Amino acid sequence: MVDFSLWDIVRNLLLALRWTVALSLIAFAGGGIVGLVLLIARLSKLPGAARCVALYVQVFQGTPLLMQLFLTYFGLSMLGIDTSALFAASVCLTLYASAYLTEIWRGCVLSIPRGQWEAAASLAMNFGEQLRHIVLPQAARIAIGPTVGFLIQIIKGTALASVIGFVEITKAGQMIANATYEPFLVYGCVGLMYFALCFPLSVWSRNLERKLSPRR
Amino acid sequence: MSLDFLVVLGQWPMLLRGLALTALLTAVAAPVGTCLGIACAWSRVHGPAWLRAMVGAYVELVRNTPFIIQLFFIFFGLPAMGVKLSPEIASMLAMVLNLGAYACEIVRAGIESTHPGQIEAAQSLALNRWQIFTRVVLPPSLERVWPALVSQIIIVMLGSAVCGQISTEEISYAANLISSRTFRSMESYILVTLVYLGLAVLVRQVLHWAGPRFIFGP
Repeated sequence: MVDFSLWDIVRNLLLALRWTVALSLIAFAGGGIVGLVLLIARLSKLPGAARCVALYVQVFQGTPLLMQLFLTYFGLSMLGIDTSALFAASVCLTLYASAYLTEIWRGCVLSIPRGQWEAAASLAMNFGEQLRHIVLPQAARIAIGPTVGFLIQIIKGTALASVIGFVEITKAGQMIANATYEPFLVYGCVGLMYFALCFPLSVWSRNLERKLSPRR
Repeated sequence: MSLDFLVVLGQWPMLLRGLALTALLTAVAAPVGTCLGIACAWSRVHGPAWLRAMVGAYVELVRNTPFIIQLFFIFFGLPAMGVKLSPEIASMLAMVLNLGAYACEIVRAGIESTHPGQIEAAQSLALNRWQIFTRVVLPPSLERVWPALVSQIIIVMLGSAVCGQISTEEISYAANLISSRTFRSMESYILVTLVYLGLAVLVRQVLHWAGPRFIFGP
């Protein structure tokens, strides 16, 4: 048995925390881009687009993230793509995040009064201009709070990447707990580190929602 | 690339047992977790300051850490304190504690949006605090937040897939086992994912049907 001091445990966990943060950022950025594309597809009056996006969202919200991870991990390798755990986790979390973000943002767009669209249309703006100049800037203001809030869900979601063998903080915690026989201490530390990452975001998100939501 | 679902379906007894355990975990965790959430919501709104602080810490701690860590802490960590739990009990406890924290915030939103006039009216009818909470404040609050509560119960049900990681033999555990037995990982994961999707739709239907009839009255 290797002798670990408390500092060794914390230091190793902090090193692994980088990967949690990196994976969260990848998923957030990727999910944001795909989510925006899906949102625009849904808002445009392309035939069938609304139904397809709704189905996509339903599938991701109605199945466990763990299963989505397994399916991506094995699915990618079945398609002959040489996958690393990081790549599979990034793809899966990007899709997962995009489904939620497109739904969150759709709610924000729907909360913009119909008259704003009509006013923009009466200025002879086309669909793209209506979105870009009138609707999205207003919706973005409302969307910031919930979007920051969803970032917490992504950070928590990255914990599951440990299951397909990606060494982020949960996996590192598992390995250290097995090596030190101190699961109480190790999982306690891991929990507190997630808390330290997420709690400031949840306070921030709450403040943003209060500040940026329209007065009722 | 070819898919062969028949091999996986041949393992139906294991799938069925997994499905039963997932359903059981949800059937226990949903009502118990909701009750815990209601009790916590009451504490956060009406309780004494020390209780409010404690419940607040519990809620924030659970909401800002991943479920898998809560599960590992309960299953692997607590034995160091002398509390040894079976995988099933640990899973159930983790699900109840998880749902309790989220339900607390959801129910609290409902309670806080109660019109003060309703409480004054109830007070003028000489109802005591317990009667006011259970008969006047709680039922309409639950009705207002029911859709959010149903969604949260489904999220916890789907989250229970992680319980397979501590060898609780629920349906995602069955998927893992079948995939290593038959070497048909893709098929077994697709099948079990579809089962979860079906469960999610079913649970939503059942709760939306049952809520107005049994929980917050007609």
